[in-house]
Amino acid sequence: MSSGDRVKESIDAAKRPAMGAGFRLQWEPAQQTHVLLYPEGMVQLNQSAAAILTRCDGARTVADIVADLERTYEMTGLMPDVCTFIAVAVQRTWLELIP
Amino acid sequence: MSEPIPVPASPQDGGRAQPGIGSERTGPPLWLLLELTYRCPLHCVFCYNPTDFGNVGRELETAEWLRVLEEARALGAVQLGLSGGEPLVRDDLETIVAAARRLGFYTNLITSGVGLTEPRLQALRDAGLDHIQLSFQDSTRRMNDFLSSTRTFELKSRVAALIKKYRYPMVLNVVLHRLNIDHVEDILCMAERMGAEYVELANTQYYGWAWRNREQLLPSRAQVRRAEEVTARFRERVGARMRIFFVVPDYFETRPKPCMNGLGRVFLSIAPDGVALPCQAARMLPGLTFPSVREASVRSIWYDSPAFNHYRGEDWMKEPCRSCPERGRDFGGCRCQAYLLTGDPANTDPVCELSPQHHLVTAAVARAEQHAAKPSSEQPLVFRDYRAGEDKRA
Repeated sequence: MSSGDRVKESIDAAKRPAMGAGFRLQWEPAQQTHVLLYPEGMVQLNQSAAAILTRCDGARTVADIVADLERTYEMTGLMPDVCTFIAVAVQRTWLELIP
Repeated sequence: MSEPIPVPASPQDGGRAQPGIGSERTGPPLWLLLELTYRCPLHCVFCYNPTDFGNVGRELETAEWLRVLEEARALGAVQLGLSGGEPLVRDDLETIVAAARRLGFYTNLITSGVGLTEPRLQALRDAGLDHIQLSFQDSTRRMNDFLSSTRTFELKSRVAALIKKYRYPMVLNVVLHRLNIDHVEDILCMAERMGAEYVELANTQYYGWAWRNREQLLPSRAQVRRAEEVTARFRERVGARMRIFFVVPDYFETRPKPCMNGLGRVFLSIAPDGVALPCQAARMLPGLTFPSVREASVRSIWYDSPAFNHYRGEDWMKEPCRSCPERGRDFGGCRCQAYLLTGDPANTDPVCELSPQHHLVTAAVARAEQHAAKPSSEQPLVFRDYRAGEDKRA
């Protein structure tokens, strides 16, 4: 990972992100978008947020997810952006990091 | 039951703007609330249920509720509230939750906790229940039991422990008013002891039984300010460990709340007898016949019925709303509040300081201030009850 040195210190690429307790991710045909559902609320996700969150299954590591995204979208250097997003998502309790 | 009227699903800053808002096209009813029953073991003085709930017709059968779920989900409904009354009074709650979860709803149970035994919680968990919101009336047994006119404090405390045991986030809801708002610190300490992750301190909204008891429930401005200060200090101390929402009482505001994000925009409520409403309290609005799911499909009710279309858009608005630059933000406030206070639901919500009837709200607040300065002998509180509801507008 060429941009690994710019990774946010708080996110360890070997950790496995999983949906936080009470959060559920699903595709909503009526809204034509992925949504994140939580107690009495909902966030509509943009495409990149959905691309990351759908891969946060508690099995794949952050590094796996970045590799998968870079392969799928034929891009490189996604690690910093993905880590920033995951850090914010963890702070909002959308995600938990499993060691 | 006596929960505040829930706010329809709102996007947080991570999401895009809600569809429908600011657009003329009617979007789907993203939020579906099933008021499964008006029956409730509690007798809360601040309940928003209609005071004549004893006269509401026969409750929907299980199969009818399941049809409502299917039809609403097909339209795009995704957040489901199960409320009442006390929804646990229905012995088919588990069946309803299982069906809803299968259809892809996010299922929220809004409960007093009465009837939530361990076997039932286990069954609800197995059915896929996503979330439980538990109400408390106050921080002490004495006040909790007085305000609900029951002996339920210890039972609720046991239920709170069960909710933790089954690994649900602990979400406490406490409705605030003159009689308990000075106990906010104790309430928050109780929530912390219980390990609550979220606490909703919701000031009473004055509909139904709460409207009936408004003179005894409306706090003074100083009480509200103190409660806000206590909450802010507590929030600082506990940080993200416990999130505290303080819902400001709209009587103290100068602009009205965007009630339901506008009637008929995102929120659909079904009353126990199957009557479809754009807000739980809307049944009181005069001149509208709200259709029943027994007679019409959810689709035709939502998109085509005159009752649901009546307060959509801006054609119904009067001045000062009609020409107000803020009309797209607050939709003129709450139709029920306009009706209760001014007699005309098309008037500007008198909470708005631009309303020519704003003095009706300030007068109520002034009476609360007077009471705070010099408590006087009061008319008695009217506890929610089948028999007490005959006189509709106190």
